[in-house]
Amino acid sequence: MGRILPTLHKRRAPLASAADQRATLAPVPLRRSFAECLRGADLFPLTATDIEIFQINLGKKCNQTCRHCHVDAGPDRTEVMPREVLDECLAVLANSDIPRVDITGGAPELHPDFCELVEQVAAMGKDVMDRCNLTILLLPNYAHLPEFFAKHKVEVIGSLPYYREKQTDVQRGAGVFKESIEALTRLNAVGYGMPGSGLVLNLVTNPVGAFLPGNQASLELQWKRELERRYGILFNNLFTITNMPISRFLDWLQETNNLEGYMARLLDAFNPGAAQGVMCRNTLSVGWDGRLYDCDFNQMLELGLGPGLPESIFDFDLEKIRNRKIVIGSHCFGCTAGAGSSCGGVIVA
Amino acid sequence: MTDHYYNAADLGRFSEMGEEAGHLWEKFNGWYTAVFAEGALTEREKALIALGVAHAVQCPYCIDAYSEACLENGADPEQMTEAVHVAAAIRGGASLVHGIQMRNKTRQLGM
Repeated sequence: MGRILPTLHKRRAPLASAADQRATLAPVPLRRSFAECLRGADLFPLTATDIEIFQINLGKKCNQTCRHCHVDAGPDRTEVMPREVLDECLAVLANSDIPRVDITGGAPELHPDFCELVEQVAAMGKDVMDRCNLTILLLPNYAHLPEFFAKHKVEVIGSLPYYREKQTDVQRGAGVFKESIEALTRLNAVGYGMPGSGLVLNLVTNPVGAFLPGNQASLELQWKRELERRYGILFNNLFTITNMPISRFLDWLQETNNLEGYMARLLDAFNPGAAQGVMCRNTLSVGWDGRLYDCDFNQMLELGLGPGLPESIFDFDLEKIRNRKIVIGSHCFGCTAGAGSSCGGVIVA
Repeated sequence: MTDHYYNAADLGRFSEMGEEAGHLWEKFNGWYTAVFAEGALTEREKALIALGVAHAVQCPYCIDAYSEACLENGADPEQMTEAVHVAAAIRGGASLVHGIQMRNKTRQLGM
């Protein structure tokens, strides 16, 4: 792989701090606040409906430094979920009927106990999703993962912003596209994305810039046609995800003088239907250190669960958090713009 | 009054055109939305056509709007540049083909 961009953390950039990110977002002028938009949609205060997805962020370590990363992940990051936190997550899952576990990072596969986590969660009969940057599958110590995923029927959600090299490498780093195509070929070879295999390979595309994703169904047809025609690659679904004004994407928005325009674009595209179905309403996000959040984005802004609610996985109490009030901010417009955006793509078809 | 003709922020005020003739604006809006919906042509194809036309009619607001729409709908700068070339080729060809009119007139008038 080509040159790795330095993380904000490595550059000691102000926006490496969550507090600085919040302070950068707060003064951006907007015609209406997110709370006002929710009120207009009769959704204020926004509350959770249940916990159907338990999202575990295993840490910030990654072999890539994508320009839009809301985690500021990279090879220099040392935050990795300690064993006792992982064990507590497993204990909580074993004692609950939460059906889906979404494993993310960084590159979650870099966690030393990643495979054990997958095995144990799969043995509980829960659905397991791995958010995979694809290139990790080419590293020598991780080349066994396609077979491992297949054995445990892990749903693989691979990141690929575009079906061409230039746009992909601009966002994810030089050389990433070719390696991603090789990784997808290996996943196809063990049955992922192949009709009738039961092995689900979904792709995620984030816009390569300060614009919203288009019609997911239409883009999926385009991606399927082009990836099969150009590289013989098959996959199941394409998820379009809006870039969040957090961390490295926030830094890029500021640097390119796009911040105010992008925030206004998100607000203009506010969709009450998308707000109704935002993922924080049925998700709980666990940070690498065990802290609890409404979503991975609040996690990166260090906006913990609301007052009086458990702060950590060690205080987990399903009844207290099942219908909790969700902590909101202007970044939430990223999930409610247009057809909406969640870890599973659009919210409103 | 302003001392120049085009202002990027005016694109965001487009809907003010509905203030004096709301019924006409509503008709335009409904038709416009239907035109750009996915149909026999995809939204991406329509955005690329719109981008080409925007250049042909030299509307900076439309160029801004449809550059963004093209990106949102999965077109890349290479495809968008080709769309602009299509518009430019038609404009250039349209001028050139009128040369036949010139030749016809010249032939009629000449000896």
